[in-house]
Amino acid sequence: MLLSTVIFLPLLGVIAIALLRGLGASAIKGIALVIGILTFVISLGLYTGFNADTATFQYITQESWISDLGISYHIGIDGISLWLVLLTTFLTPICILAAWNSVEKGLSGFMMSLLALETGMLGVFCSLDLFLFFVFWESMLIPMYFLIGIWGGERRIYATVKFVLYTMAGSALMLVGILALYFQNDNSFDLTTLSGTFDHSELLFLAFFIAFAIKVPLFPFHTWLPDAHVEAPTVGSVILAGVLLKMGTYGIIRFCLPLFPDAAEKFTPLIVPLAVIGIIYGALVAMVQPDLKKLVAYSSVSHLGFVVLGLFSKNPAGLQGSVLQMINHGLSTGALFLLVGMIYERRHSRMIVDFGGLSKRMPIFATIFAIATFSSIGLPGLNGFVGEFMILFGSFKEGAFSKVYVVFATAGVILAAVYMLWMFQRVMFGTLDKTNEGLPDLNAREIVVMLPILLFIVWIGVYPKPFLNKMEKSVGLVVTKVQATPAMGQLEKGVPAGTKLALREIQHEKSEKEAEQ
Amino acid sequence: MSKELIVVLLVAPLVGFLINGLFGKWLKGNEKLSGWIGALAVLVSLVCSIIVFTSLNGGAAPLDETLYEWITGESFAFNIGFRVDALTAVMLLVITGVGFLIHVYSIGYMHGDEGYTRYFAYLNLFVFAMLILVLGNNYLMMFVGWEGVGLCSYLLIGFWYDKQSATDAGKKAFIVNRIGDFGFLLGMFTLFAAFGTLDFTSIFDAAKADNFEKVFGASTLIIATLLLFVGAIGKSAQIPLYVWLPDAMEGPTPVSALIHAATMVTAGVYMIARSAVLYDIADTGQVVAWIGVLTAFFAATIALTQNDIKRILAYSTVSQLGYMFVGVGVGAYASGIFHLVTHAFFKGLMFLTAGSVMHAMANELDMRKMGGLKSKMPITHWTFLVGALAIAGFPFLSGFWSKDEILHSAWGSEPLIYGIGLITAFLTAFYMFRLIFVTFYGESRVEPEVASHLHESPAIMWLPLAILAIPSALIGLLLGWGGHDSWFHHFTKSVFPEAHHDASGNVIVFMIISSVVGLLGIAFAWTRYSKQVPSDEPTGTLHRLLANKYYVDEVYNALIVQPVKNGSHFLLWKLVDNGIIDGIVNGVAAIVRFIGGLLRRFQTGVVQAYIVSMVLGIVIFLAYYLFFA
Repeated sequence: MLLSTVIFLPLLGVIAIALLRGLGASAIKGIALVIGILTFVISLGLYTGFNADTATFQYITQESWISDLGISYHIGIDGISLWLVLLTTFLTPICILAAWNSVEKGLSGFMMSLLALETGMLGVFCSLDLFLFFVFWESMLIPMYFLIGIWGGERRIYATVKFVLYTMAGSALMLVGILALYFQNDNSFDLTTLSGTFDHSELLFLAFFIAFAIKVPLFPFHTWLPDAHVEAPTVGSVILAGVLLKMGTYGIIRFCLPLFPDAAEKFTPLIVPLAVIGIIYGALVAMVQPDLKKLVAYSSVSHLGFVVLGLFSKNPAGLQGSVLQMINHGLSTGALFLLVGMIYERRHSRMIVDFGGLSKRMPIFATIFAIATFSSIGLPGLNGFVGEFMILFGSFKEGAFSKVYVVFATAGVILAAVYMLWMFQRVMFGTLDKTNEGLPDLNAREIVVMLPILLFIVWIGVYPKPFLNKMEKSVGLVVTKVQATPAMGQLEKGVPAGTKLALREIQHEKSEKEAEQ
Repeated sequence: MSKELIVVLLVAPLVGFLINGLFGKWLKGNEKLSGWIGALAVLVSLVCSIIVFTSLNGGAAPLDETLYEWITGESFAFNIGFRVDALTAVMLLVITGVGFLIHVYSIGYMHGDEGYTRYFAYLNLFVFAMLILVLGNNYLMMFVGWEGVGLCSYLLIGFWYDKQSATDAGKKAFIVNRIGDFGFLLGMFTLFAAFGTLDFTSIFDAAKADNFEKVFGASTLIIATLLLFVGAIGKSAQIPLYVWLPDAMEGPTPVSALIHAATMVTAGVYMIARSAVLYDIADTGQVVAWIGVLTAFFAATIALTQNDIKRILAYSTVSQLGYMFVGVGVGAYASGIFHLVTHAFFKGLMFLTAGSVMHAMANELDMRKMGGLKSKMPITHWTFLVGALAIAGFPFLSGFWSKDEILHSAWGSEPLIYGIGLITAFLTAFYMFRLIFVTFYGESRVEPEVASHLHESPAIMWLPLAILAIPSALIGLLLGWGGHDSWFHHFTKSVFPEAHHDASGNVIVFMIISSVVGLLGIAFAWTRYSKQVPSDEPTGTLHRLLANKYYVDEVYNALIVQPVKNGSHFLLWKLVDNGIIDGIVNGVAAIVRFIGGLLRRFQTGVVQAYIVSMVLGIVIFLAYYLFFA
């Protein structure tokens, strides 16, 4: 019940705003903010009540929905989705507060879209029924479509159409994959009953993977991202980078790896190079962007390359690093987009050449920008380092793929410093242009928007243990499913393919018990 | 010595940073207070360091304890923990001792600066990060400090951020250091892959085990130590990554003294001394020593022709760091660290005196516009002279002892390294006294309006100079008397592996040779520059090559910076991203639209047209069946 409340409370907010929007702008904003904060506070209950000692799903609700077709309302979270749920409920009220004064037309529609989007995203992370998952996955496109299409920049129509069509192309493939699984699973969409190996598992893997790779986005499926970011309103970018992209990496860790381990093994030599190319390529292209938002957008391509690399390292450190890095990227890139939005509201420009010397006029802004920048660069003591380090040493250690890839990926940390610091220098340092002399520093509301993010940036950097603890078992289960150790191979010889996965789960439980003793 | 003491030692500068950083706005009206908060924070650390030192010197066991678990999982554990042994204690004293004096000096030097509180916040943060670096009991914590000092270096080099050259220099420093960090990271990955931990004690014990090669493979340690050395090359400004350090002189001069002479840049030397066990087993010290000696020579030749006093000191620092690497490279770890200590004092001193000169000369750095400062600034002159004599290896001053130990050990390992090191010693004495003669002696060439303000610095600045001059002169004698049997060697004995090659030859002979070479350098400088000012234009090809620093910056720019920039812009962004990938995406859309456009033609809504096509279709089908079926 708790989980359902978290998922649908924002939707209740949508209805409330629809009914009460006659009360005026402040009422609309007030409702949205209260609902956003309330959802976050309630979702904290998910954290405190979460049992970190088990890998199984918790807070499960299962109600039959369309029973003839084997569709049920089946939700629950494990240590992986817990964090993405919290990230979503954390960022949404921040976005509402950030958009406080920036929406000039259709305020109620804007806030409704934002809240509806929250429900959609939470649904994706909590669904344990493939059909339900798909419904949320698609439904989330609609509010995003409005957010970019109505409140976006000049080329918003091109950007929205590109964003929606790119995603739909992937979803179409995924739908085929979901149906194929359905027929192989005794006509049930239930994710938790899916086990064993599937016919055409390689094709199924690809059907899911391409859908998720577009969302991530993995090179070369990334070109929708810069356009969508540049045209989206600030909070659209924050949600897009902060949460939406994670749906891709979440999909990989939830579906591609545990359901199709053999296919994942087979395609690793293809995917890992793409991830590494994405790291280097995204960084290099980010370096030469004249537009701040585009720069941050391309930096996302680079950062998400790290996440995919970690996922395919198929070992606990790499996978935990990846999940942590999903949160980290949501925080630091979210912060960067918010900051770019704040400067855009003041100056109505995002072009780097229009700025320079802002530290002098806006010291608070510059300080917070610097912290977000160094978080993104991966400075130890801030969040980004922990995730990146775990991904890299995890990938290096186990040898799921060649160490050469890790060497190249590590070179990405040099490039991150190059593009971020060069940007920071051009915006913040140097002489102040006459046109920028009147720019005011951050106001109290904007500081309140940024502070919670900064808190977590430092917290995860200094003491990531609470975060790692809760995800450890769930990530461990995925690792066991995907990692066919030689001993396991012996055990599985001559066993019908269908029970392979079940065996691996038994093995995992056994090792958990051993660890306990 | 307890864990709590170490925590206090470590956290005090952090507290200073937080006070100045968060409440700087309110402290602005009272800059003295802000400065003293910064200095006192370091004083607390200094007192703790002295306690640590005395208890270790009194025979207390080294401390190796975990503070808390940082990044942990079932198969990996990285903790925040301390290791305090003799090597740590030496570093602690240098960092907090020199650091405290430089904080005090800064109170006067930064007087009236707009960013006064920000300056002390950064400086405290630096000390905190540097303490993490030397206190860590594992490589990852060392790396945390390593990056932290890099951040502070970036912030302080670009402290005057409206100056383009300053922010360029800060950025360059951070990025070049990151190239080194790339090696450090891979080195850690290699160590972790082999040992499953990054703790010093566990790794060193495992490496020392007899069956090591069987278990881990012979190449593991070779690769790991070389990769770690890449990190040291970046942080300690050795060939080919030294290019950031001369530019780093854009920062306030006390920063150059503390970060870019006494402490941070020596982190690479500390790292290798800390990993002495690994370098010994892997036998990669030769590489370290060669890079070191070549850097020492190369940087010294550049220093010969520069006219900017801070740049001369910067190249001198690069060169002296090279000596330290020779020391740790040939297995004389204690001697390398000994030179680190003496250098911290005399080079820190010289930077501060340079700052004193700048303070008096309205920030002028070109020594051709100075001359005859001796009479106007007697304390600055005398203290600088002490530093210069120390670095030149003047008998019985501190540099004489430490440099001589290194050269002596180098002779036992590889005579060629000794030879190059000796030539470098000559060059060092020459360029340093060229600086002295041109700046402090001869006719005054100071511009009249500057000359009228020329004055000795206030007490808050000259007192630290005077205090630093004492160890610059004497610490070598106190700690180094007796060469390889000296107090310093005894104190650090427990940390380092036994030296392989006994220093051969008579120590006295080496000392005499070194002294003569140093005195010759001074004499040669006297003959050339006691009356004469360096020419404005380089004379001859070699001179031009040196004056332009071998054009290394230009070569890097042409071969790396520009190609990467242009390649990313034109090739990757414009061609691949916008051209090819988006071309395909938009192309697919265009094809769909085109086909849709074609099909639309058939949907005209004109009934006659539909009938015509129906009839045509029937005819074609009939024809097919009649003639082909």
